[in-house]
Parts: sequence; structure tokens; C-alpha cells
Amino acid sequence: MKKLMTGNEAIARGAYEAGVRFAAAYPGTPSTEILENAALYKKDIIAEWAPNEKVALESTIGASLAGARALAAMKHVGLNVAADPLFTVSYTGIYGGLVIVVADEPGQHSSQNEQDNRNYAKAAKVPMLEPSDSNEAKDFTKVALDLSEKYDVPVLLRMTTRVCHSKGIVECQDREERDIIPYKKNVNKYVTVPAIAKKLRVNVEERQKKLLDFSNTTDLNFIEWNDTKLGVIASGMCYNYSKEVFGDKVSYLKIGFSHPLPTEKIKEFCSKVDKVYVIEENDSYIEDQVKMLGFNCLGKDVFPPYGEMLPEIIRKSVYGKTMPTFNYDEREVVARPPLLCAGCPHRGLFSQLGKRKNVMVSGDIGCYTLASSEPYNSMDTTICMGASISLGHGAQKIFDSQKDNKMRVVSVLGDSTFFHTGINSLIDVAYNKSNTINIILDNRITGMTGHQENPGSGYTLQGEKTNELSIKTIAEALGFKNIAVINPNDLNAVNNALDWALSLDEPSVIITRWPCALKKFSPEDKEEFSGAYTDKYAVDHDKCIGCKSCIRTGCPAISFNKETKKSTIDYNTCKGCSVCSQVCPVKAIGKVGE
Amino acid sequence: MVKSILLVGVGGQGTILASKLLTTGLMEAGYDVKMSEIHGMSQRGGSVSSHVRYGDKVESPVIELGGADMLISFEKMEALRWLNYLKPNGKIVVNNIEMGSMPILSGKADYPKNAVEILKKYADTTVIDASSEAEKLGNLKVMNVILLGTIIKLMGLEEINWDKILKDNIKEKLVDINLKALKTGIDLV
Repeated sequence: MKKLMTGNEAIARGAYEAGVRFAAAYPGTPSTEILENAALYKKDIIAEWAPNEKVALESTIGASLAGARALAAMKHVGLNVAADPLFTVSYTGIYGGLVIVVADEPGQHSSQNEQDNRNYAKAAKVPMLEPSDSNEAKDFTKVALDLSEKYDVPVLLRMTTRVCHSKGIVECQDREERDIIPYKKNVNKYVTVPAIAKKLRVNVEERQKKLLDFSNTTDLNFIEWNDTKLGVIASGMCYNYSKEVFGDKVSYLKIGFSHPLPTEKIKEFCSKVDKVYVIEENDSYIEDQVKMLGFNCLGKDVFPPYGEMLPEIIRKSVYGKTMPTFNYDEREVVARPPLLCAGCPHRGLFSQLGKRKNVMVSGDIGCYTLASSEPYNSMDTTICMGASISLGHGAQKIFDSQKDNKMRVVSVLGDSTFFHTGINSLIDVAYNKSNTINIILDNRITGMTGHQENPGSGYTLQGEKTNELSIKTIAEALGFKNIAVINPNDLNAVNNALDWALSLDEPSVIITRWPCALKKFSPEDKEEFSGAYTDKYAVDHDKCIGCKSCIRTGCPAISFNKETKKSTIDYNTCKGCSVCSQVCPVKAIGKVGE
Repeated sequence: MVKSILLVGVGGQGTILASKLLTTGLMEAGYDVKMSEIHGMSQRGGSVSSHVRYGDKVESPVIELGGADMLISFEKMEALRWLNYLKPNGKIVVNNIEMGSMPILSGKADYPKNAVEILKKYADTTVIDASSEAEKLGNLKVMNVILLGTIIKLMGLEEINWDKILKDNIKEKLVDINLKALKTGIDLV
């Protein structure tokens, strides 16, 4: 059966068809939909959101060692978190087939960096596959599981945003059921004490040699001979982009199995074409290998080392210009930056936090990172998941070490980010005793990636009711004495909590508990937050003095008319959070119907 | 021969459903089809685009700069933002509504005054009142299917069984109004 699928849907389908029984991930753009789709095969696959990528990979290793085929998925930076188990499971090998999907983000559409995870395959000495489209994503997932079992190794399946989120036609097959292999204790394989790990280390090199042979003989790496004046070596989406630009006019070496690289095929290709372009996104991963083999090629000296290698980029790099475009005044077009949604519970907090003086706001990864820009300007740093609290701790220690430095640190992160790695950072604050204010924005869901359940939401990925971790109880257990839980839409409560926390000589935890404006309410939400998002607010133009206080809350429901100098709230967009009415100095904004 | 249609708009306007219906119809008609979207942070009220490409064999799922046969914009300023993706002889369909972005809403910038005039200067541009047509039908949200209708007409895709595509992919109680919306769109151009 043919279906149009994204690359992410296709991976889930491939896992299903290949008899995978366990899959785990932490949500992250562009990889999130892999597990969301795997979860739909409820009868056959146990699919879970793990608190973070390290835990996701470790639990899939467990499933593999218990004899089942397993899959872990994560975005590129997630593999940094999961790198610890990766490097050692490379030594131990697997039992049931194990594939690790990692989704890189050339172009950084929704990420804090653009790291090239092909380097991980090389560093951890594990094989890597790179699909170019949805059909390959499905097929390669199955191949990866076969290879994993054949060579006793976890296999990396490297995706990029465009492969993850583009749709193509996929030929679906039935599931091939696989029995769970009976568990066998094998200390000499799975306990990596030095004496054993040293032996496993030697095996890794032997395996690399076998994988190199495979790379040189597999059809996953193939040559398309056309005119030999120009040859293009490419993998993943860059192969499609290259074909778009050059068509059948040039020869191609298409690399689907990219670690170890097919040295013999590269030699064959490069010795038969007059000129070689290596077209790859981000690092010079293939180019370096080609040059090490003694061939001249054009790579990063022609094509950019960052961003997506879109067809127009290839065309411009090679021919000096893009296809014809119109010469119009693009300055007419006003930017449309992403915004906190109307009704977003983060708005109340950041509209007030940004006004505080002598405060460093240590931020984190989530929708709330938007608070770093206009009109809030209330975030100073963002590094990685969970870093807000620990980075803030270090900064506070230095501020406090200076005699007259009155700077206070407010660390801010979301509920899911807290469970991801922020929880470790909060332990650091408790243990090493810094005087930071730690705000956890508990919007009852993982927001930015599109509403995934998390350990605090009370539900699992496959919709089962489960334990609901209480952030307040966790903070109490860590020894925090100063904990407040507030509604962030109540600006008095926000300011009172900030005043209180800033007055303390001890660290504090403030939990802002209010559901995301886009969340589909659970029965528990309906009970706890009854009446949320049902009101509408409007501006009384007779009272409005045009001071723009409401505009400075950055709500997309409010607009300002420069001629009449009045604000207006769009009825359909308003979610009734009331933040604008609280900041209005002349009480011109009121609830509709009152 | 590969054709490229670029659907653009503002997050939440329904470009994703329109492109899903379009690509499903094209696949069932026997074309090779690829489609590309970017999800994630830019969704939060930002500018969104769906690239749809179909033909005998499609390589890139992304439309190249200067490569779209048709630009269909759910909002006027977005048409201007994406204009350079259109081929020199490409067609534009633009929904006649203005949605301010934050710099405009907050009074720091002005909405482009002559968006449609600029578009018309460069390309064959059709302005559609999809929103008011949708309101006439009784549901503002079917605006996207009205615009889908205009694509179908202008790209000569009427022979595909769109009624079936809609019935297979839309909730039963919304099928009728969407069938009407599709017909409205086809008849508008």
C-alpha cells in the first residue's frame, strides 16, 4: 500500500514492519513525530517518552539486552545527552537489534546549534545510515536493525530536518513479527569493567574493518554514471538537492551508508571523473575522507559550511547566481517573528520579571526563550536543556563573592525541561547552597514541540494514566524551605512572589502552575483550572489613553491604531488571561459582558 | 515535467491541511509527490510555508528560489515575502486579508500599503476574498479549502476525484461545507 508520509512517520512505520517492540525518546524538533507515530502501533510497540535522551537510550539498550528489537530517537543535541551510553554500548554491542535515530538541524530552524552528528558515528565507532527521503527512511530503519544484529552493534540513523519533515510516497508492507530472544546473562559482554572493556575495545576495531567491507560492497552506496566531466558525492537530502540542480548531466556517488565511508567506491568514482564536488551540509565529513584518500575535490571552499544546502545555494555556489528573481523592494515586508501565543501563561511572569533591576535571568530551552526579545527583554542566557538553574548557580556564586555586588540570579525553565535535566541542577543549588530564585514554568505539558506528555502531566505517551510527579514535593525533598506555587496570570501574585524571593538569604523555588493556552485539557485539568480560557476582554476606547501598556505585554490579540491612538483586542484571538487588563493604568480593559 | 506550488501564510491559517489534501489527491492521480514544511518554533504566529512538488519523478521536496509555478498566499504580506520563489511567468493567488505581525500590531512598523499592486507588477495575480466567501458558507476555517479550489482550477487538476479526497480526509460532519468550499474556490477563478 502506498502512503504519503513524512520521514518521521516512515521511520515509525519501518520500526513497526521490522518487528520493533520498544521505542523511547525525548521530544525535540525535528524528531518528535517519530515516537508520536510509533505510539500509534499500540498493540505491537511499547512507546515511551523518557525524561531525557540519555534515559531514552539506556532504556532501549535494556530492551535490546532483554532480547527485543528497539529504537531510540532524539534531536541532534539530544545525542550529546545520550553520548555517555552510546560510547560504551558501542563496545558491548547489542542483543536484539538497536537503532538510534538522530535528527540534525542544518539551518537551525528550531535549535540552539547546528552540530553535525555524523562525527558521533566516527567517534563512537558505530555504523551510520543516511536516508534521503521518506521511503528510504522506512527501508533504512529496517536495514539498520538487520545490520545491528549482524554486526552486533547499535546503528545510528542520521536524519536532517528536511528528511524528517518532508513528505514522500512510501510503499508500506506488513509487520514481520520477531520473537523475543530468551535472556542470557553474559558478564563478559555487558559488564564493562576495565578488564572486560579492554577486550571489547579490540573487537570494536575488528568490527570496523568488517563494516568497511560492507560499506564498499553494499548497494546503499552506489554510483550513477552519466557524463564523467563532473562527479558529485552526496548523502541524505543533499543528494536530492544536487539532482535537482545538475539532473542527469553529471555522475553521482550517493552515500546511504556513511560510516565507515566506502573508501574503495570513493577511489573508483574519483579516479574516473575529471572534477569532484562533495556536497554536504555542515562539516566536511565526506570531503575530509576524499582528500585523505589522495583525491582533489571541491567542498567547503565552494559550498557554505553552515545552513541548509538548498538548491539555490548549490546553484549560486557553482554558477555564481540563482535562477532569476524579481527586483522588488523587500524592505516593504515586515518581519513576522514567532510570539508567545495569546493567553500564554508565560506572559504574566515575563511582563513583570523584565522590569526588575539588578537581576540576571538565566534562561532555558522552550517557548519561553521568546522572553529574551521584545517586549519582555527578560532573559539573559540560553545554553542547553536544564542549564538555567546550574548556570544561574555558578553566576550567583561569583556575584556573591564580590563585596558590593548585589546582583541576584533568577533561573527560569519549563516543567518538561526541569524533568529533563533541570532536576540535577536544582540538586546542585540545594547541595552547594547558592541564593538563586528558581522559577519552574509548569504549564502542564511539553509546549514548544507540540504538546507531549511528561512525568508531571499524569499521562504517558500511549495515553495511560500514570504517577504525576509533584515539582513542589521534589523541591521539598531536596531540602528547599522556600517554595511558592502561583498562578502566573495573577500579576500581584507574581510580583509578591518575586519580592519575597528576592528578600530571602536562601534559595527559593517558585512554581507557576497554569496550563498552556493550546493544551487539550485532561479531566484533571478541567477540574483544577475550570473556567480557564473562557473569558474575553475588550478595550473601552473612551477610557483608553493610548499609553501602550497593554501592547507591551506582547499579546498577538492586541493591536494599536496609530491614527486614533487606541488599543483594540481581537475578540477571536483573545483567550481571556486578563494580563492586559491588569497592566492598564486607567482600567480601560474589562471582561466582555461585565 | 515537475510542477511546484508554494502555499504560504501565517501559522494557524490551515496551510497544512490544504497541502495535505492537495498532495493526497496528486498521489492518487498517479504523480510522484513530495512536500516540505518546517515545524517548530516558527509556528508560533510566524510565517509558514508548504512546498508541494509533483510530476513523473520529483527530486527535491523544496522549491528552489525562482522555481514555483504558482504562489498561493493565505495573507497579502506573506505573498510579498515569498515572491522571489515564483518563476518569472508564474501565477499568484492571494487571499485578500491583512494580518499584522508584532512590529505592526505594536505600531512600530506599517503594513505594506500596495502589496497587491507590487505583486501585479511582477506576475499574473488573482486576488480572492476567500475569507468572506468562507464566512458566507458559515465557517471561516474553510477558507483554506476555497484556496485549494483555486489551485485545482489554475493548475488544471479538476480531473482528480477531489470529492473522494475530501471525504476520506475530513471529519464527516465537516465534509459538506468543505465540498461547497472547494466548488466555491474552483468557480472563483
